[in-house]
Amino acid sequence: MTSRLAGVRIIARNELHQLIKSKDYWIPLVLLGSLFFVIIPGILMVIITKSTNTAVVQQASQALSVLPESAVSKIRGDTPQARTAYALAVYLFAPVACVVPLTISTAVGAASLVGERERGTGEFLAHSPASAREIYTGKLVASFIPGYVTTLVGFTLYSIMVNLFVGPSVGGFFFPTVEWLVMMFWVIPAFLLLTLSLVLRLSARVRSTAAAQQASGLVTLPVIGISYAQASGTLLGGGRYSGVIVGSVVWIIAAVSLHRGVSSVTRNRLLGVAQ
Amino acid sequence: MSGVSHQFSGNQALNGLDIAVPWGKVTVLLGPNGAGKTTAFRAITGALEPESGTIRTLGLDPVSDGQALRRRCGVVSAKPALYDRLSGRDNLLFAAELYGLGRRVGDRITEVATRFGIVDAIDNLVGGYSTGMKTRLALARSVLHHPELVLFDEPTSGLDPESAQAVLALIKEMTNEGSTVVMCTHLLAEAEGLADHVVMMEAGSAVVAGSPTSLTSQFWPHPVVEVEAEDPRVLDRIAQWQGIISYDRKSVVAHLEIESLDLVPELIASLVRDGARITRVDPHRPTLEDLYFTIRRHGLPQARDAVERSQPADHGLMPIGSPAASSAEDSPLAPAVP
Repeated sequence: MTSRLAGVRIIARNELHQLIKSKDYWIPLVLLGSLFFVIIPGILMVIITKSTNTAVVQQASQALSVLPESAVSKIRGDTPQARTAYALAVYLFAPVACVVPLTISTAVGAASLVGERERGTGEFLAHSPASAREIYTGKLVASFIPGYVTTLVGFTLYSIMVNLFVGPSVGGFFFPTVEWLVMMFWVIPAFLLLTLSLVLRLSARVRSTAAAQQASGLVTLPVIGISYAQASGTLLGGGRYSGVIVGSVVWIIAAVSLHRGVSSVTRNRLLGVAQ
Repeated sequence: MSGVSHQFSGNQALNGLDIAVPWGKVTVLLGPNGAGKTTAFRAITGALEPESGTIRTLGLDPVSDGQALRRRCGVVSAKPALYDRLSGRDNLLFAAELYGLGRRVGDRITEVATRFGIVDAIDNLVGGYSTGMKTRLALARSVLHHPELVLFDEPTSGLDPESAQAVLALIKEMTNEGSTVVMCTHLLAEAEGLADHVVMMEAGSAVVAGSPTSLTSQFWPHPVVEVEAEDPRVLDRIAQWQGIISYDRKSVVAHLEIESLDLVPELIASLVRDGARITRVDPHRPTLEDLYFTIRRHGLPQARDAVERSQPADHGLMPIGSPAASSAEDSPLAPAVP
């Protein structure tokens, strides 16, 4: 192994290679991303923008009443249909962008280290020249990529879709907004890494993948809740820089947590003989 | 490996273990389940850090120089430890990268796959391999990077006799190419044909060590012959003959310990002259299995006493932990880095 970075890349690529080969794993991921980023928003926007039934639009527009004044003032569109579709596109689907990557990456991360032990391949890694840090970081990268890439692809499709459906009625292409960009490229990666730092620690310690999944669910649920709330707040009621500030704080916490998490991967744990 | 001890949750896995491995030979660690063979393996590469003791493998400290050491070792663990969702080629490619060979190793992969008889299945998913094929792939992976030291943990476990024989032949072949092989097994017949050096372990310690021949001659310094006759009572007269060291008859079979096998033709001729109808004469060569069960029957202290009473110069027997074992140039645990 020529360098530490090369070691990380080798471990991560092997993990991702296995995921790609596992249809039973990535098909649900694609379905999850499609459902939350394309199918549900698409159906709602088609109903809102194309519906001639005013009662439906009025019902949907009631959702706007929960929005803070600062958010309402930014809503574009001349008709109730356009304003409702704009609000749905920009504000109400934002938290979904957090839930999808966290769910996907948690599933990958939870199985990553304990999975090596269960398959017996932990013995191979323990006898290999790979360092514990390379194994940990490789697993982290391999867990991060599926969740984040799914989210970016979903986000891209979502952007195209809302611009096509809602754009014409609000004066042209309007999405993504600055707040969404901050959330996608600054807030979400930070929350994702924070979550994975916890999940990988659990995966290194527990005795089975099932236990890792359950424990990860318990640990990540609060993180998902916080990220959900922060994403909503960033877009809805926060100040101009709230996303940047929230993201910065989470990045710092994630960095500390990741640094401490390295020690959770030991050769004894890969062998399954840790006491 | 000197005075190495380690315990898991109060269970003493290694208990002052001393092992010296001869360079370029096949060393077999023998012992029952729980003897500490696998733990010793793990300590040799630094995969496991023992609580006490000293280890030098290929001249390196497995704890502080683990990464450099492991690059020079190949390991096949008791379970093949393969990625079932990947093809054989992908498994080998991953190992090649981990061990610093890079990704342009197509020729080398084909070479080892051919050698281990899996080249036709190399692009199939490992999940569909038979147990024998998985073992062969694990063996191929272990030698991919031309390791100086190869460790096999029960390599024939779960294999049919044909596959097991083929695997053992491949292991023997490796030493002809200069690799040092350490293998652990509880299959005594397997060790018999393969081992240049045997370490018998029990309860985390080494009981005896040496070449199979020297070890058996240690316990049976004189040739043993089994003689069978239609009327076994005729055989009892042999006990008084000159050159017969011990005589023991069970049913129709007499077990003789004699000074030399040269005496056998005259012995048989004499019995025939006396009217005995001999049905079988079998100069019996004590096996590792005989040795193993003798040691197990006698218990550890008696076995140690027996070894210490031996004369290494006469038998080539090397009591575990003796200075000769740890300093001899041709039998070090830690051969000097070439």
